[in-house]
Amino acid sequence: MEYMNKSIKEIHEALLNKEVTSKELIEESLKKSHEVQEKCNAFVSILDDAKETEVTDNLLSGIPYGCKDNYSTKGILSTGSSNTLKDYVPFFSATAIENLQKAGAVMVNKTVMDEFGMGGTGTTGHTGTVLNPWDKTRMTAGSSAGSAAAVAAGVYPYATGSDTGDSIRKPAAYCGIVGYKPTYGMISRYGLFAFASSLDHCGVLTRNVEDAAIVVDNMKGIDKNDMTSWDSSDIHLYQDLNKDVKGKKLCYIKELCNKEMYENADQELIEHLDNFKKTIEKCKELGMEVEEVSVDQTLLNASASVYVVISCAEATSNMSNLTGIIFGPRAEGKNYREMMKNYRTEGFSPLIKRRFVIGSYVLQAQNKDRYFHNAQRVRRLLVDTWKDLFKKYDAVILPVGTGPAKKLEGSNNILDKKTQALDEHLQIGNYGGFPSITIPNGFVSNLPVGVNITGNCYDDQNVLNIAYALEGAMEYKNQIAKEVK
Amino acid sequence: MAKYKACIGLEMHCEISETNTKVFSSAENSYKDTPNANVRPLDMGFPGTLPVINKEAVKMALMASIILGCKQPEYMYFERKNYYYPDMPKNYQITQETKPAPVGIYGSLTYDCKGEEKTVRINNLHLEEDAASLDHYSTYSTIDYNRAGVPLLELVTEPDFRSADEAVSFLETMRAIYQYAGISEADSKKGQIRCDVNVSIMDEDLDDSDLSNFGTKVEIKNVNSFGGVRDAINYEIKRQTELKEDGKYEEMEQQTRRWDEESGTTVYMRSKVDAIDYKYFVEPNIPKYKISKEWIEEIRKTIPELPSERLDKYMNQYNLSKYDATNLIKEKSVSDYFEECLKLGTDPKSASNWITTRILGYINKEVISMEELFITPKMLHELIEMIDKKEISSKQAKDVFYKALEEKKSPKDLVKELGMKQITDDTEIRNIIIGILDENEENIAKYKEGRTNVLDYFVGQVMRATRGKANPSMASSIILEEIEKR
Repeated sequence: MEYMNKSIKEIHEALLNKEVTSKELIEESLKKSHEVQEKCNAFVSILDDAKETEVTDNLLSGIPYGCKDNYSTKGILSTGSSNTLKDYVPFFSATAIENLQKAGAVMVNKTVMDEFGMGGTGTTGHTGTVLNPWDKTRMTAGSSAGSAAAVAAGVYPYATGSDTGDSIRKPAAYCGIVGYKPTYGMISRYGLFAFASSLDHCGVLTRNVEDAAIVVDNMKGIDKNDMTSWDSSDIHLYQDLNKDVKGKKLCYIKELCNKEMYENADQELIEHLDNFKKTIEKCKELGMEVEEVSVDQTLLNASASVYVVISCAEATSNMSNLTGIIFGPRAEGKNYREMMKNYRTEGFSPLIKRRFVIGSYVLQAQNKDRYFHNAQRVRRLLVDTWKDLFKKYDAVILPVGTGPAKKLEGSNNILDKKTQALDEHLQIGNYGGFPSITIPNGFVSNLPVGVNITGNCYDDQNVLNIAYALEGAMEYKNQIAKEVK
Repeated sequence: MAKYKACIGLEMHCEISETNTKVFSSAENSYKDTPNANVRPLDMGFPGTLPVINKEAVKMALMASIILGCKQPEYMYFERKNYYYPDMPKNYQITQETKPAPVGIYGSLTYDCKGEEKTVRINNLHLEEDAASLDHYSTYSTIDYNRAGVPLLELVTEPDFRSADEAVSFLETMRAIYQYAGISEADSKKGQIRCDVNVSIMDEDLDDSDLSNFGTKVEIKNVNSFGGVRDAINYEIKRQTELKEDGKYEEMEQQTRRWDEESGTTVYMRSKVDAIDYKYFVEPNIPKYKISKEWIEEIRKTIPELPSERLDKYMNQYNLSKYDATNLIKEKSVSDYFEECLKLGTDPKSASNWITTRILGYINKEVISMEELFITPKMLHELIEMIDKKEISSKQAKDVFYKALEEKKSPKDLVKELGMKQITDDTEIRNIIIGILDENEENIAKYKEGRTNVLDYFVGQVMRATRGKANPSMASSIILEEIEKR
């Protein structure tokens, strides 16, 4: 009997009824881990010596899960999928991981990511590319690539992720699963390797909305080690989950969603947008009002640049601690400058270095106002625009990306200006710290596609409920990846 | 030959030593012999660590800001100053940009410089973290992170100083203020105070309130003692003046130099053109911090008695001279010692005299602190009491004082041990005096003729007869009485 492809509640029930033990679950999960590792290269470390835990009232107790490799895990290798930390074993755990540990959850592997979170394809980790379990010629998206692949492949019911520009929510769409990024500061970032501090969020990948609520309930909490965290002790996401969405108001943005806006749209895009419109109809059937709104195209198109500037600038600063002096594989050098330089030159991938160049450039005194401060101003404009929408609407609903997972080879890497805004809008959820969730809403070219629901800060319950209701009206809940031939 | 005036500005960095923990981490803020003992993961820049502001450090910084008459912000932010150096584990320092929102801006301080009252404008005061300490050996260097993350208060003045004396007087005044306010031990021997000095010169007759008249600014970094500040300023003024006289001044560009203690010179480091671009941006991990008016008022009320207040008190209440009062308040430990004596009932003038004429000289010579002085306020009080009760003479007291320090015995015990108690019995002394006068008729006559110094001779004779134990002033008055009778 297999359990790792079931929901958290089902597994917990089986444990309580003694149908299965925590030890057996771990064995199953580890076996699957090795299989998926062969197929998809999703893991940096598989913890074959993972110990079972006591089964308690806590729904997560005794159950295996995966942890993205940018979370500090005490005594366990944490690399950020970077050669600069290829031998780094932290002596403390991230607060969110400690919280899961207290709940009785059992970590069984550390998942591959794009190096330090700086990527959206799953191809830039130091142990190689993560393959999409639905189609091994395609990417999983990133940066929570391994977490998405593993959950989609049924290794366990959930894995932790992080989201700075869309790193939970896009891989979720490409892998046909649920990806949830709660309000900024709901889950403590202490122990999460910083990429862009004002954009980084902790979150989770699961196969259904209820599981996402359960896991985040256990990960969240105000942390004295993180000044940006806040007290959510009066929020009980799983307990208050319901499908009472009648009368709720949603909106979607015409500049992004209407196929007429795209000249020479390819077939996949058209199907994706048509499918999105079907999802809108489902929302209406559930009693929700959905309106079309218009947002200045220039503003939408500016988002991609805003993201590059702010994230590269903050990342460049955040990664300055990586010099090999205290931790990481120290490099040779005649003096400290050479030592630091060689370590960083040898350890970082060319993609990261490119980001550092951009980050340094936009922060230089003569460029700062034109790039960095202007990016911050436009960020403010985008956030204000969304906040204006939230005055009238419960949430913004949008398709994720331009279609299903892109191909790894021969993928058109040239940024298509016309569809860029559609590909990048999830970032706005990071600019404002908005709670945002992706759920699967169909198939295009036999591959999963997703829809995203984003709400106002602190309105996580509302966003989850809308997603929960919508999920219930479709047939993609709990789906496991079936390899597409 | 034209004469020049110097325009000097200071950047004074002072460690806040009086908080329990560091400014952004919970590591202990205290001196430790063992390296890397007072560290938390943040202090060594481990991945995933985050800064958490120490409210007590902010409170102390605000207190300094209030004392200096600065404006406090409604919301306070922190900033990252990005550059690479092994003493900075994150390779950025969390600090505050000079505007708009550091702990304090646009204040001023009035201070005394060799008897004259001067005022300096404070451009800004900001809170930041200190770096680790490096030690360099022949083939390697070591890094001790105990100091990394210690709270640091940086004070930036306008170039209002016109001499090294003014700059140093200001530094001494600020040091005392930090001590009295309970913000810092402010001990430059412990490396708690470091200064950067800006020096420029201009023609003497130019208007120095017009910025366009200012000469080229030279920044001198990391001067770590007040003596160094004085020497560095004087050297730099001389160097720039020589350039002017040699007609080479115009070639000198705005630059940063390093003070070299050994050679007593400033050494070129880099020009303004090569100035490092620190790529400042707001620290995203510390949300803007509200500084309410109520909190400011609360802090204002808790400001301890400041040096200037004690100075006024010493001069006006205790009638001490400005000179003595100034010497007493210079170091808080000295002033506290003085006040402890007063609490025990010592006369202010007596206590003041002993401290300023004997104690200060002693601790300076022995290079010890007031706390390390063997003679406690209680012991000093007892010593002075013995003089007042005429149990010992002033001269004897002086000897007892130094003996007490040397042998580490209390003055009271020493006087007992050595049987030094003076003869204060009127009859006893009188009899001795009568005996002496009986043998000195010519001298009595000389005295009556106006040779008043004969009195000293008589007193000397009394001292000889009593082996120094007679109270000299008593002897003196009795001698006069007896002479009258003859």
